[in-house]
Amino acid sequence: MNKIIKYVFYDIIRNKIVLAYTLFLLLLSFGLFNLGGSPDKAILSLLNLVLLTVPLISIVFATTHFYNSYEFMELLVAQPINRKKIFMSEYLGVACSLSGAFILGVGVPMLIFGASITGLYLLLTGVFITFIFVALAFLASVITRDKAKGIGIALLLWFYFALIYDGIVLIILYAFADYPLESATLAMTALNPVDLGRIIVLLNLDVSALMGYTGALYKSILGSLWGIGLAFGLMLVWAVVPLASSGRIFSKRDL
Amino acid sequence: MITIENLRKSYGKLQVLKDLNVSFGPGKVVSVIGPNGAGKTTMGKCILGMVLPDGGDIKLDGQSVLGKHAYRSQIGYMPQIGRYPENMKIRQVIEMIRDIRKDAKEVDEELIGLYNLKSMYDKRMGALSGGTKQKVSAALAFMFNPRILILDEPTAGLDPIAAEILKSKILKEKKRGKLILITSHIMSEIEEVADEVMCLMDGQLKFHETIAGIKAQANEERLGRAIAKIMEED
Repeated sequence: MNKIIKYVFYDIIRNKIVLAYTLFLLLLSFGLFNLGGSPDKAILSLLNLVLLTVPLISIVFATTHFYNSYEFMELLVAQPINRKKIFMSEYLGVACSLSGAFILGVGVPMLIFGASITGLYLLLTGVFITFIFVALAFLASVITRDKAKGIGIALLLWFYFALIYDGIVLIILYAFADYPLESATLAMTALNPVDLGRIIVLLNLDVSALMGYTGALYKSILGSLWGIGLAFGLMLVWAVVPLASSGRIFSKRDL
Repeated sequence: MITIENLRKSYGKLQVLKDLNVSFGPGKVVSVIGPNGAGKTTMGKCILGMVLPDGGDIKLDGQSVLGKHAYRSQIGYMPQIGRYPENMKIRQVIEMIRDIRKDAKEVDEELIGLYNLKSMYDKRMGALSGGTKQKVSAALAFMFNPRILILDEPTAGLDPIAAEILKSKILKEKKRGKLILITSHIMSEIEEVADEVMCLMDGQLKFHETIAGIKAQANEERLGRAIAKIMEED
């Protein structure tokens, strides 16, 4: 399996998008750390940008990569290799290189400007979000053979998780404002990995009250290590479920 | 060596293979013929596990191969249209496959030499002509000395010299006791290399005979005409 990951890495490094992504994150982080007064403020701005761009870039890059590796996978499937291994190598290759780019692009400026433990949470969140959205991208790519359709599904998923979902949550909160909604909000948050990521970082920033409904409620209910653990656990589920189901579809599909 | 039992496969509503039963023994070149869309490629891909059958079984030396992968080290496959990662060089593709199949005891580089692929090692796969890609496919199929070779229209894109080289390689490997399945439409070529002809029609076995047997049955000297006669009969 390591061998195949090696070749997936080669392929990704050659096409330079990951390099551009790293530079973009570096530029963004350096800019924000230089702009804001305290590192905490910079992390807050960074969080919002990261939660918008990291899922988008992960999902679009992973989907296009999957379709572009079709020939590569076809070549390997005729060799004595387990299909699941081919699939997992592709996944780990893409997710690890994107995570590496993220850690480099956001982590290095953080180290230089001396961020607190919150910075570490942001890094962890970014890595989790990357793994989740690469898994979602692979799910979108195994569902359909048509590249345009696959990228369409991937973009829709991003739209849903990054923009539409919060809108839906707000509508529900306003519509049922007369009822006690604490536990419902909690459940709704768990249904969106981007919100989960946001909460993990916010819980450590003490500005949750300013950051919308979902975040504020979470703070009051789960403002503890236990809450953070639960949130990361849920994110893990968000990565494993789409990955496992896409792996199943892939190993039962004609190539 | 290979036994196919009641193999069924459909793509959506289109039934490609309908209860196909056939078996192949070692040391033979079997030519798989049939009209376009008869299921020839699908059968090959089923043996390789690239296409997963809806029903039936494929056995290699008495053991089912469905859902397994290790058995593929005994099969060399040359696809109809070789598709390769575009920005890999010939050298990288060959080295990668060799790296993956490190446990192969014997590495046969005869075709790489005969096709002079080394002089093109640094060309990108995306920049190669169809024929050169076929040469790479052929070299890879024969490289690990597999017991079974599945060649899907191997000479279709090759120039006459390259096709001759491949044919003599096929005959050479046959003498070493290998089973070679070739799908082809070129009768003269079939007559040259094949021992048996297997005819697929509408996803079912029409006949599976030796070449001499076919000629005798149809009472014709030319293989092409003999096969046409048998196919028209019923």
